[in-house]
Amino acid sequence: MGDQTIIVIVGTALLGIASGMVGTFAVLRRRALTGDVVAHSALPGLCLAFLLFESKSILVLLAGALVSGLLGAITVSLLTRLTRLKDDAVQGIVLSVFYGSGIALTRVIQNRYRASNESDLESFLIGRAATMLKSDVLQIAGVTLAVSIVVVLLYKELKLLSFDRQFCSVQGLAATPLDFTLMLLTAVTVVVGLPAVGVVLMAALLIIPAAAARFWTDRLSGMMAIASIFGAVSGIVGTLLSAHWDGLPTGPLIVLTSTSLFLLSWIFSPHRGIMASLRRPTLGELEAELPWNQPDPIVVDFVKSSASVKESSND
Amino acid sequence: MIDFEFCSTLAAGYPVALQGFTDAVAEFFGWPKANVQNAFWSLAVASLCSICCSLVGCFLVLRRMSLLSDALSHSVLAGIAAVYLVTGDVQPIPMLLGALGAGIATAVMTEFVHRRAAVPEDSSIGIVFTSMFAFGVIVVSQARGVHLDLDCVLFGDLAFAGIHMRPIGGVLWPESFGNLIPACLVTMAFLYLFWKELRLTSFDPTFALTVGFGASLMHYLLTTVVAIVTVAAMDVVGLLVVALLIVPPATAALLTSRLTTMLLVSIVISLISTWSGYLLALRWSSSAAGLAAVMSGLLLCLAVLLSPTSGVLGRILRTIRLRTRIAAEDVLAGLFRQQEASASPDLRISVSLEECHNLAGQPWLTSAALRWLRQKNLLAGQDAKLQLTDAGYQYGLSLVRSHRLWESYLLENFDLPADHLHIPAEDMEHFIGPQLQNRITEELSAPSQDPHGREIPR
Repeated sequence: MGDQTIIVIVGTALLGIASGMVGTFAVLRRRALTGDVVAHSALPGLCLAFLLFESKSILVLLAGALVSGLLGAITVSLLTRLTRLKDDAVQGIVLSVFYGSGIALTRVIQNRYRASNESDLESFLIGRAATMLKSDVLQIAGVTLAVSIVVVLLYKELKLLSFDRQFCSVQGLAATPLDFTLMLLTAVTVVVGLPAVGVVLMAALLIIPAAAARFWTDRLSGMMAIASIFGAVSGIVGTLLSAHWDGLPTGPLIVLTSTSLFLLSWIFSPHRGIMASLRRPTLGELEAELPWNQPDPIVVDFVKSSASVKESSND
Repeated sequence: MIDFEFCSTLAAGYPVALQGFTDAVAEFFGWPKANVQNAFWSLAVASLCSICCSLVGCFLVLRRMSLLSDALSHSVLAGIAAVYLVTGDVQPIPMLLGALGAGIATAVMTEFVHRRAAVPEDSSIGIVFTSMFAFGVIVVSQARGVHLDLDCVLFGDLAFAGIHMRPIGGVLWPESFGNLIPACLVTMAFLYLFWKELRLTSFDPTFALTVGFGASLMHYLLTTVVAIVTVAAMDVVGLLVVALLIVPPATAALLTSRLTTMLLVSIVISLISTWSGYLLALRWSSSAAGLAAVMSGLLLCLAVLLSPTSGVLGRILRTIRLRTRIAAEDVLAGLFRQQEASASPDLRISVSLEECHNLAGQPWLTSAALRWLRQKNLLAGQDAKLQLTDAGYQYGLSLVRSHRLWESYLLENFDLPADHLHIPAEDMEHFIGPQLQNRITEELSAPSQDPHGREIPR
């Protein structure tokens, strides 16, 4: 295993941990596709940052991506509030319009800098985990650390927000700033993961480990821990598979690993799994256990005593 | 991606359809013939895309299935990849069928994971399409040798729709017509045959179920049609087919509440977006599909701001108008009360502008309110000496009557303490017309005094 593989493994595992934590909230709050929207909306910002600052520095590009990703997420909540459009339509609108403007800008960049590889749309879509640098891993580690600190500090508030938003605001906690905090965490995680695994697969990394973790636990802390572990395992196994079969893209393999984890969880989960539902007692078995279907103790006693009377009379 | 030489040799052999027309247009404006021809056929292809996407897109938006189209456009790749794995070839017809199958499989699997695994619907969409996309990317990445390229599948290009030509009946037609015309026909036939059922299941699925028409059949039929349209249009606009499927119908939904109008408006908006997108793309040499998405987004923003029924600007204007009326009415009611309290009720009292400002209570709307009062001839006189006119006096009387009737009504029916009656009545007095006044009078058997012992004026 070469140094490069280790770098990629550390990077994708850390990314898996961060997206497992953030994704737990996204899945629980029925906002699973926010990550998808943010990831698509990041493209125009990325391109604009490149065009405006003429810089290839990854930090500048990521800052641009973060700004436009957040702008997309904010547009979603604005449009949902201001119009009668349903949230699914609003998400589709923001995603496609932002992404469309990104594609238009990409074409402009391609025309202007024909030699440059920087503006490769395909790598934006599916990522280039295999070429991850140490600096990328450091960025991901920083984001993972920041996300965990925020989640630990605001754990109680975020829990309340996820399960009962109205009660949260009644208790005097500012629900909207908390919403925004979660949005920001999602955006930061997505943007830092974009160069590695790309748009679609970043969305997958947010949703699938968290949805898989849901099979194993009913507690938020447990779900977050399991989702992070699943995320990290997907990152590690996906990278190893990609290193083993040289040339298979890493990002998609990470996603397929987490999909396998989801399927395994679905099959083997003790309460919600398919196996559990096969082992579950049938209606007839349950009915037989009902109290009025049990033999009456008086009758049992009577039968026993009459049997013993018979035995004694037979003697 | 585009084989220019191949195109030009093909074009040399056959005449292009409607060449006479495009040449005539080119000569009339003095533009190069080839460009006009290219633009004409690109716009024709764009129009077909717009029409079929709008027709099914309206139902997607109405049935809250918008995100399914995003999922479909990504998982199409998995279908193409699967067909390639099985046949090892890239023939167009098996590819189309594979893409179609992947689209339907996405819908079925999403529903399955959602129901059987008790995963929320948005998560289940996310799980299914990203996994299928990942599978597709892996297969395609291994198939570089064959002509199967991510670029071709995911980023179609409208700008080349007029160059990719194919001979049918001795003349050249755009190759995309082969997908788009059948897609349009299928869509129209679907809408024509199932119009009633689609409407019923879109607007009232519960009622549809109770009259014995399960919505799930329509769901899967619609999904199939969406898959057909998506596959056909992706050839031209790529992943941005989502923009054409959702944005114009959503814009139309903001502008109208009737289904037929919505379909027509959506088509018009979509045509404007794709045409302007194409023309802007020519000008800035950028992506036509991307700019079409941007144009449709701009049109949506316009609709959000300017829609006559639900536009943001309209709502703000209506609020300002209502607030102005309330401020003006507060002035009238206040003046009436002062008149009532004064020693000589028959002599109109006059007040200063400042007092009017105090009565109106909403500082930044007072001047508008006073202007409104003068316009309606309810208030007369100069700045220092403002007086109610006869009409103004009657208006104020009616307001105070409403106020006091409402106080009596509240006391009678809601068992509120006497000091809690004024504030709700202060709000309500602006919305009680003569009819409601009469009904309250009847119900309370014509009271003459309000709960505070003041006379209710007639």
